[in-house]
Amino acid sequence: MSYNADEKGYYGEFGGAFIPEMLYPNTEELRQNYIQIMEEPSFKKEFDHLLKDYVGRPTPLYFAERLSKKYNTKIYLKREDLCHTGAHKVNNTIGQILMAKKLGKNRIIAETGAGQHGVATATVCALMGIECVVYMGEIDIARQAPNVARMKMLGAEVRPALSGSRTLKDATNEAIRDWINNPVDTHYIIGSVVGPHPYPDMVARFQSVISQEIKSQLKEKEGVENPDYVIACVGGGSNAAGAFYHYLDTEDVGIIAVEAAGKGIDSGESAATSALGKVGIIHGSKTLLMQTPDGQITEPYSISAGLDYPGVGPMHAHLFRSGRGEFISITDADAMKAGLLLSKLEGIIPAIESSHAFAVLEEKTFKPNDIVVINLSGRGDKDLDTYIDYFKL
Amino acid sequence: MNRIHQKLKEDKKILSIYFTAGYPELNDTVNIIQDLEKNGVDLIEIGLPFSDPLADGPTIQESSTAALKNGMNTELLFEQLKDIRKSVSIPLIIMGYFNPVFQYGVEAFCKRCKEIGIDGLILPDLPLDVYLQDYEATFKKYGLINIFLITPQTSDERIRKIDDASNGFIYMVSSASTTGATSGFGSEQQAYFERIAALDLNNPQIVGFGINNAETFNQATRTTSGAIIGSAFIKHLNQFGIEGIPDFIKTIR
Ligand SMILES: Cc1ncc(COP(=O)(O)O)c(C=O)c1O
Repeated sequence: MSYNADEKGYYGEFGGAFIPEMLYPNTEELRQNYIQIMEEPSFKKEFDHLLKDYVGRPTPLYFAERLSKKYNTKIYLKREDLCHTGAHKVNNTIGQILMAKKLGKNRIIAETGAGQHGVATATVCALMGIECVVYMGEIDIARQAPNVARMKMLGAEVRPALSGSRTLKDATNEAIRDWINNPVDTHYIIGSVVGPHPYPDMVARFQSVISQEIKSQLKEKEGVENPDYVIACVGGGSNAAGAFYHYLDTEDVGIIAVEAAGKGIDSGESAATSALGKVGIIHGSKTLLMQTPDGQITEPYSISAGLDYPGVGPMHAHLFRSGRGEFISITDADAMKAGLLLSKLEGIIPAIESSHAFAVLEEKTFKPNDIVVINLSGRGDKDLDTYIDYFKL
Repeated sequence: MNRIHQKLKEDKKILSIYFTAGYPELNDTVNIIQDLEKNGVDLIEIGLPFSDPLADGPTIQESSTAALKNGMNTELLFEQLKDIRKSVSIPLIIMGYFNPVFQYGVEAFCKRCKEIGIDGLILPDLPLDVYLQDYEATFKKYGLINIFLITPQTSDERIRKIDDASNGFIYMVSSASTTGATSGFGSEQQAYFERIAALDLNNPQIVGFGINNAETFNQATRTTSGAIIGSAFIKHLNQFGIEGIPDFIKTIR
């Protein structure tokens, strides 16, 4: 079985491009060109150069000694939190801004939930001197003020999404509507492995640098390229797609995808799509999504704004359905506890999204000789207010 | 013969009205349809509300949100429409997004449409290739006409493909926009209308998006078979309610 997208953008039964005709020319232009552009030597050279000197790659693969001792297994952290702007999101925005330039676009739009992808997009737009509009739900604007300020400092315009539930899914709708209204000069930088083909595949390829580096770093440290497990949190699924990418076809590497259970899967306030979702169409992709029996998309909940999406990318829907990936959901409370533990044991304050991945160590027992790589997708600076409120710090 | 085909044979410019089912009030659906027919409208698009209407501007978005809050859903819409053919003969099209149809089951949905007397479907996010591969046979089995969109950015080559896959009319989106944008039609639209007319397609074209008064209706129908009004009608409903329908239609023609 293949776990990569076929040329129509399907991962098994999931994926494709369920878009209104207004978006056909834009996505078709991208579909026809993205692989070829990514393989051009000049593109590769600039992408690699920016990842190295601007983003700070390769990010370290760090052996977490105290954490390993506590859980009696070998735990490595892939330090995406050390990327410029504080999360893996920038790997994708660097790739897409270069793509946009190759396609001759002079205006960028993006959606953002917590603001991490918005900041990463505003950053690369500043770097390239390109106009940038970021859509953000009105409610998220209120609860993520520091990231709104960062985007503004970087010269981006932050437009509130006022429709629907005024959070990430609605910001995505607004970005898509903007693209419908500006089909010629604008490129839409989607922030995860979601949306119509070719986005899920393109974003996964840009993020695949994560597992590419894990392979060579692990070879250096352990003498083997393959860990026993790779663990990553899944909102839309981009950091997970990147961490899993080069291991997808190596079946003896266990893949663990961690979703946000929110207040509990059965609480009505959750974002655990694999447990609660059904097959449907969201933002142009056929995938698993949380919806009413009538097909209306429902509002997810998680303490972590970056995991607060009612769907998952089609790659992950396929990993789940096929059984290739193990899906575990973690509650707010367990994630927060894991975040605090990592801070105390290793001196690393993780993003709350990433904390969900660490909570798996409490759920699942690994063997002493297992090599377990956890993708530390982002740092916790943006979440300090939430940590402060939660732990009454 | 399908009522849409019959209507298209008449020697007149088609006035089509879109409204969102379950709005302004949950049980307005049948009354609105009857009033539109009484006032000389030629074709009706019944909007099945969706939580995330990507191709729609604020007016239709808000009407959809309100309709869902009112309690509208797919089964209820079918229930409201079940006797509609006892009172109207106007062609009826259901317009909605694909996910609610997919959840209902495409075959079951089409079957209900046929039982009720629905003539066609417009599902903007059901793409051409998926329709042809997975659903064309089902639509045909239940006598439903599937209506595709084209836009000013659609290439001639793709328009020909869409023309081949169509068997009613083509929904010509007037400009690169979501519904409800009202900038009027300039030289760019005129050029687009003329380009499409020159293609001499098999299927007639009906223009939608941005039609909001007699002037835009006349401009849009100079080279086409008709035009669709959505947002402007919903705005009028907001302001004047169902009683305002005759006045609204009079302002168009
Ligand atoms: C640090 C971090 N991790 C994970 C995510 C979730 O996104 P994805 O699943 O695409 O990696 C986000 C999203 O904002 C994030 O900021």
